Amino acid sequence: MNEKQTIVVIGNGMVGYKFCEKLIAKTNAYQVVVFGEEPRPAYDRVHLSEYFNGKTAEDLSMSPAGWYEQNGIKLHLNDPVQEINRANKTIHSLKGSVQKYDYLVLATGSSAFVPDIPGIEKEGVFVYRTIEDLELISGYASNARNGAVMGGGLLGLEAAKALIDLGIKETHVIEFAPRLMPRQIDQPGSSMLQMKLKELGLHIHLNKSTLNIGGDGKIEALEFADETSLAVDMLVISAGIKPRDELAKLCGLETGTRGGIVVNDYMQTNDESIFAIGECALHSGMIYGLVAPGYEMADVVVAQLSEADKSFTGFDMSTKLKLIGIDVASFGDPFINDPDCKTILFEDTNKGVYKRINISNDGKALLGGILIGDADDYNILLQNVKNKIALPENPEDLILGARGGASSEGSGVMSLPDDAMICSCESVSKGAICDAVKLDNITTLDGIKKCTKAGTCCGGCVPLVKDLINGTMKESGLYVKNVLCEHFDYSRQELMDLIRINNVRSYDEALDHYGKGDGCETCKPAVASILSGLWNDLIVKQAPIQDSNDRYLANIQKGGTYSVVPRIPGGEITPDKLIVIGQVAKKYNLYTKITGGQRIDLFGAHVNDLPNIWEELIEAGFESGHAYGKSLRTVKSCVGSTWCRFGLHDSVSFAIEIEERYKGIRSPHKLKGGVSGCIRECAEAQAKDFGIIATDKGWNLYVCGNGGSKPQHALLLASDIDKETLVKYLDRFLMFYIKTADPLARTATWLNKMEGGLSYLKNVIINDSLGINSQLEEEMQGLVDSFHCEWKEVVQNEELRKRFVHFVNAPEEKDPSVNFDPMREQVKAKEW
Amino acid sequence: MEIAVDTLKWILACTTSDVPENGGACVKHGDEQIAVFNFTRRNEWYATQNLCPHKQQMALSRGMIGSTGEECEPKVACPFHKKTFSLLSGECLSGEEYEIKTYPVRVIGDKVYIGIKEMA
Ligand code: SRM
Ligand SMILES: Cc1cc2nc3c(=O)[nH]c(=O)nc-3n(C[C@H](O)[C@H](O)[C@H](O)COP(=O)(O)OP(=O)(O)OC[C@H]3O[C@@H](n4cnc5c(N)ncnc54)[C@H](O)[C@@H]3O)c2cc1C
Ligand code: SF4
Ligand code: FES
Repeated sequence: MNEKQTIVVIGNGMVGYKFCEKLIAKTNAYQVVVFGEEPRPAYDRVHLSEYFNGKTAEDLSMSPAGWYEQNGIKLHLNDPVQEINRANKTIHSLKGSVQKYDYLVLATGSSAFVPDIPGIEKEGVFVYRTIEDLELISGYASNARNGAVMGGGLLGLEAAKALIDLGIKETHVIEFAPRLMPRQIDQPGSSMLQMKLKELGLHIHLNKSTLNIGGDGKIEALEFADETSLAVDMLVISAGIKPRDELAKLCGLETGTRGGIVVNDYMQTNDESIFAIGECALHSGMIYGLVAPGYEMADVVVAQLSEADKSFTGFDMSTKLKLIGIDVASFGDPFINDPDCKTILFEDTNKGVYKRINISNDGKALLGGILIGDADDYNILLQNVKNKIALPENPEDLILGARGGASSEGSGVMSLPDDAMICSCESVSKGAICDAVKLDNITTLDGIKKCTKAGTCCGGCVPLVKDLINGTMKESGLYVKNVLCEHFDYSRQELMDLIRINNVRSYDEALDHYGKGDGCETCKPAVASILSGLWNDLIVKQAPIQDSNDRYLANIQKGGTYSVVPRIPGGEITPDKLIVIGQVAKKYNLYTKITGGQRIDLFGAHVNDLPNIWEELIEAGFESGHAYGKSLRTVKSCVGSTWCRFGLHDSVSFAIEIEERYKGIRSPHKLKGGVSGCIRECAEAQAKDFGIIATDKGWNLYVCGNGGSKPQHALLLASDIDKETLVKYLDRFLMFYIKTADPLARTATWLNKMEGGLSYLKNVIINDSLGINSQLEEEMQGLVDSFHCEWKEVVQNEELRKRFVHFVNAPEEKDPSVNFDPMREQVKAKEW
Repeated sequence: MEIAVDTLKWILACTTSDVPENGGACVKHGDEQIAVFNFTRRNEWYATQNLCPHKQQMALSRGMIGSTGEECEPKVACPFHKKTFSLLSGECLSGEEYEIKTYPVRVIGDKVYIGIKEMA
């Protein structure tokens, strides 16, 4: 039998990995050996910044554990190749391996370009390329107040955002050119972007050439050519990339004068058994600093090695990104100008939107453009360029939307040709996606990702993929929207808007105007929660639309009895109140238990005892604990500085304050909080929807934690803030959640689904990126001010009390089917 | 041969205001528990057994009512595990084999009567 030929891949980055994946999918004719310099298998560098938002190195990994072994690939990590011997066809690694090759693939990527500025070696100066870089940056950032990024390009702005996320108080961006993102956007676009970034607290310095990095051992200041200077504690360099062509140079492969390994259309170097792909390859004088062209190159080499025919002929460099919540996109030829084309410009300084499209002189084709502030149309515009789709009669409709009259038919996703490339990273066409929907019945984004791989890499095409799924389903009569249920064709958020704007006050009104049929157990409680989230009306007034628990203001339990949970804010209770609970429990034969939420649950109450039980509890100063509602449950506390020798502040008082503030407020799902007096975290605040932990400078606020079946830790929203700020943030956060989450989505699920994740949320809550914070605060204050204890209202109202009976025609009688069994001197419900 | 003939006996269950609008209440008839529903939205009344066949819980009167499908079939959802039952046929609409008893209802003035089958 013939020995397999050996392919050695140098570099286990994104492109090197993709090459392996594509190769083994095509052929098993080769033995593959990979050498990587980094200590871990290839990871998703494009989403590197998410490392700061809680993603781990494993989350970012490109392959599942064990993937290389399972596919017979030999992977040497932490072992850079030091020499290529072309005559013997061998490579030599740092750890001393000598490996023979038949074909060699160079996928060495690039490194950050570090300009030769005096002082650049000082402590506190970083680059932004690997997980290790990020670890160093985040370690240093905890002691830094001011930070700067050198370079106002795509990566530089991303690094600046990372610094903000890391809690750097003052972040600067230093750009040599007269505008931001000089490769992607024009001057007016840059001005608009700059204005928006300023609003978010970034300091932008253009036309700045750095001459020296000052400081004693570690960086203290940047000194510029215009004789100004800027005090900073740290600097991240993002001034461009430098292809890693050192190995190639050493073994005499042809390289470009400004770096890069020269390749032909088959990605071959001047040695025909050696290929170069990804960011190290120089094709037609061009280095491609994006991942999609790298994947295309990998595909071309796989084609060569599997006897298929494919060549690389350049690649579209269109990009779209969301920078700190601001859309920026450029596509096609963004800079082409009169007289080679006509341009249409749209500028709205009020909203911070700038759009430019370039149109062929005959008005028929879209050539390219720039979108700042609102790039919703990016994908479809890009498709218009790529597929040379005939423009509508009024091309300005493309950026302004059709204003009355005919709709902008013709530019929608469904009108694209079947071979239109939707996901360029993974080369997935429109046809492939539509087929998966039509033929395989895959109707979710996750399903499409799994089946076609579309949207799994940079994620840029995800909105388009979603539109295609919906469009195809609609065409096949399958269309299902994210609607409440068969009675309402709206999502919770849409319905909430309708109800608010039209001042709808009852379920029936909502159903008459916006729904059909007679409702059901899904939409009734959802609308009930919307109504109370908006108006905070008394729940029992519309009792029959409440979940049974809300209807009887208690949780129904096994056997048909109810539980009684009085509020015990922060878990603090006086001996007198404890005694009352004991007496009430004894009188009504209730089982008592300390709950997981630092309070006491009384189980086994007959429905017609409930008002009497509550009357006695209210008499003693208790209020409803809302254990039955989708509303605030408990704010768990630890004892804190009042007794604990480690306590930094009074966590119990703060927990009580917070619990009193938000009690009774209805939300899409229940809410739980915690306040710990120090980082030992005895209140488990980080497992709650909101968690507060004392620091020596103030309090840290964490959000979106969850226990339950899928536990998730809360994420840091703001650190070292005072109480007042914290309550303000919490008001905004909770109100934003109440207004935008789907029914029964806990905060963790809500955040997981939120595009942009924690940094988006931070921008909304802290930087007011949506401009809604004063409204949120006002609305929350409205809810806080309209609090009422539901049980108190019932106890005092004879009409309402009458509802709490088992038999309408025998109100005094208890349900004879209720049975208890004795257990440890108390009772328990009879087994079902 | 004997032929059993079903005759309906109408019992006075309660008054209309005893049952919340668009909600239910439980009526005691000897040892029987009957759930009556005041479907105000459709201006209709329904009655079924109060016992949910799923876990034998006396609970259906506390369930939420609504409708399903093109035909707007009226239904009730048990508060325990949300199994739903047709108020017309008693059939379980959540795909299980259960069936519940239904009763005819008559409203005269403000009095609600339930028809109980008696063997004659
Ligand atoms: C009583 C208690 C257990 C205990 O004996 O300690 C309890 C009991 C119930 N829990 Fe719980 N949970 C209790 C603490 C918890 C905790 C722990 C905590 O709060 O610190 C958790 C995990 C933390 C979390 O929520 O993130 C918890 C996660 C759940 C879940 C899952 C939520 C999720 O997001 O996955 C449910 C189901 C639901 O709400 O849909 C649930 C639902 C329920 C229900 C309401 C189920 C039901 O509908 O009957 C139980 C009825 C209680 C009653 O009749 O009063 N319970 N439950 C605890 C009451 C705390 C309180 O004082 O209010
Ligand atoms: C923060 C950040 C954000 C980005 N965002 C985007 C984006 O939004 N969209 C986009 O398209 N692109 C983005 N990019 C660029 C994208 O990550 C790169 O285009 C892509 O990673 C290139 O892949 P590669 O395999 O060519 O190089 P790399 O991923 O850099 O991999 C090269 C690997 O080779 C190793 N290596 C080098 N020399 C040797 C040797 N002698 N022996 C062994 N191993 C060696 C290196 O250590 C490295 O692990 C971003 C990059 C960064 C840093
Ligand atoms: S864990 Fe399950 S069984 Fe225990 S109280 Fe919570 S819901 Fe009930
Ligand atoms: S007891 Fe009624 S659904 Fe389970």
